[in-house]
Formats: sequence, structure tokens, C-alpha cells
Amino acid sequence: MNVSFNDLHKAFENRIRLGIMSALAVNDSLDFSALKELLDVTDGNLATHIKTLEKLDFVGVKKSFVDRKPNTSYFITGEGKKAFENHLKVLEQIINAQK
Amino acid sequence: MKKEQDYLNDLTEIRSMMERSSKFLSLSGWAGVLAGIYAIAGAWVARSILHFDPDSILYYYQESSAPFEGLSGLVFLGLGVLMLSLGTAVILSVGNARKKGEKAWNTTSKRMMSDVAIILITGGMLSFIFIFKSMLGLLLPTTLIFYGLAIYMAGNYTFKDVKVLGLIEITLGLLSILFIQYSLALWTVGFGALHIVYGSFIYAKYER
Repeated sequence: MNVSFNDLHKAFENRIRLGIMSALAVNDSLDFSALKELLDVTDGNLATHIKTLEKLDFVGVKKSFVDRKPNTSYFITGEGKKAFENHLKVLEQIINAQK
Repeated sequence: MKKEQDYLNDLTEIRSMMERSSKFLSLSGWAGVLAGIYAIAGAWVARSILHFDPDSILYYYQESSAPFEGLSGLVFLGLGVLMLSLGTAVILSVGNARKKGEKAWNTTSKRMMSDVAIILITGGMLSFIFIFKSMLGLLLPTTLIFYGLAIYMAGNYTFKDVKVLGLIEITLGLLSILFIQYSLALWTVGFGALHIVYGSFIYAKYER
């Protein structure tokens, strides 16, 4: 089988970004603290990676108020979902091809 | 260049993250076993001390027949067993989550609780309506059916095996309306024996 490694999206080379996408793929939306807890990273680190995904239009932001406190939650966009699913497919192909 | 092992790790991590972020897997099997024991004790008190023995839907419909004397005792007994079971489940599941280094009160468990609460509150309100209408015979089947529905719903957020338990409880609930004279026995099986069996199963499969 001919699998191109170039099909793997650069954005998903990073473990944390891959984790953010995995979590958002199976949840309608998650807020910042939920993501932070799941990934076990610092605020700044998480914010940087989310920004990267935001710029690629893979992740959308929803700002609201919960108990009068500002709450930022994130969701996966259509484009993000497509890119993530494609990434998964390529990963599986690479592994199958090397067996 | 990444190696094959790295890609495999990536896939494993993606799967684990998907599961961790959408499933509550700290549910305690022990809590199930203890809830089963409370239920059996409760059923015994209801039967032997309060003499609760449903044999028809309506308990007293003529003014001449005496109302069921143990009613208030029965309500408190039911609420007591419920509180004790819930309390045990919360304490043990929080402990489980802490052992795994996770928080028990997370996005998934919040979602699970709000979905389950709607079903349980509806069932609870329906039970009180039946009490006011003297339809005590429907009390045990109602708790079985609504508990089954709630558990089935909870199965979306935790171990899939829980869904089967939900379906069995619903079936027992429907059967206990059909054969109302056996409803206390069926209730004891549903809330007592099944909880013990299922709790041990969950413990053996996921916690050991």
C-alpha cells in the first residue's frame, strides 16, 4: 500500500494538540478547565495550543457566563473534524502497511 | 522521522483521551453490592415488620376498608434505602476517582447526573402520585421501571454493561405489574440480588 506521510497534518504532530482534538471530537463542547484537567498541562501551554488550532479553524470558541463568571468553551469545527478523521485514517493506514 | 511505535502510541493515546473525556469509569462495584444488601434488608422490613404485601393495584378504595397502616413507615423506609445507596455510591466512586488521580465531579459525571436525575425525579413524583391515589400496588413496579430507564441512560456515560442491567430492571418492573402479587419478590430480585451480582461483576472486571 502506498501511504504518504505528508498526509499527516502538521498540527497534529504535537501530543497536546492531538489530545485537544481527541477530546473535542467526542464531546459537544468542553470548557478550558475541563481540557486542562484532561490534558494535565499549564494554562499558558494549553492556551497556546488552542490558539494554534483556532487559527487553523479546527476549533471554535464560545464565550458565555456561568454564575456571572465568564466561561470559555471550545468545540470542534466541521473542518477540524474532517482533518482529524483524515489524520486517524492515515495513522491506521501507516500501521497496517507496516505490518 | 517517527517510527511505527510512535504512530501506534498516537492512536492509543487518542483512544484513551476519547474514552477519558466522555466516560465516567470510576463507578464503584462495591457500592452496587452494598446497595443490593440495603435493598434486601429494606424489603425484609417492609414485608415482615410493616406487613406490606401488594396483591392489587388499589390498596384501599372503599371507605369501609382500613388504609394501609404502615404507609408512612414504608415511605421513610424507601427514602432511607435510596439515600443510603446514593450516599454509598457517591463516597465510593469519589474514592475510586481519587485513586486514579481524576476528579469525580467532571464534565462527564455532571452530564450523566443531569440526564439521570430527570428520569429519577419523574419516577419519584409518579410514585408519590400513586401514594396519594392509594395505588400502592404500582409503587414497586414504578421504582423498578424508572430506575431501569435511568441506569440504561447512565450506560451512555459509563461501562456499557450497565445498559443490560437497565433493560433487566425494566423487564422486572413490567413483570411485577403483570404479576402484582409477586411484585415485592421481583423488586427484591431487581434491587437486591441483581445489584449484588452486577456490583461484583463490575468490581471483578474493572477494579481488580
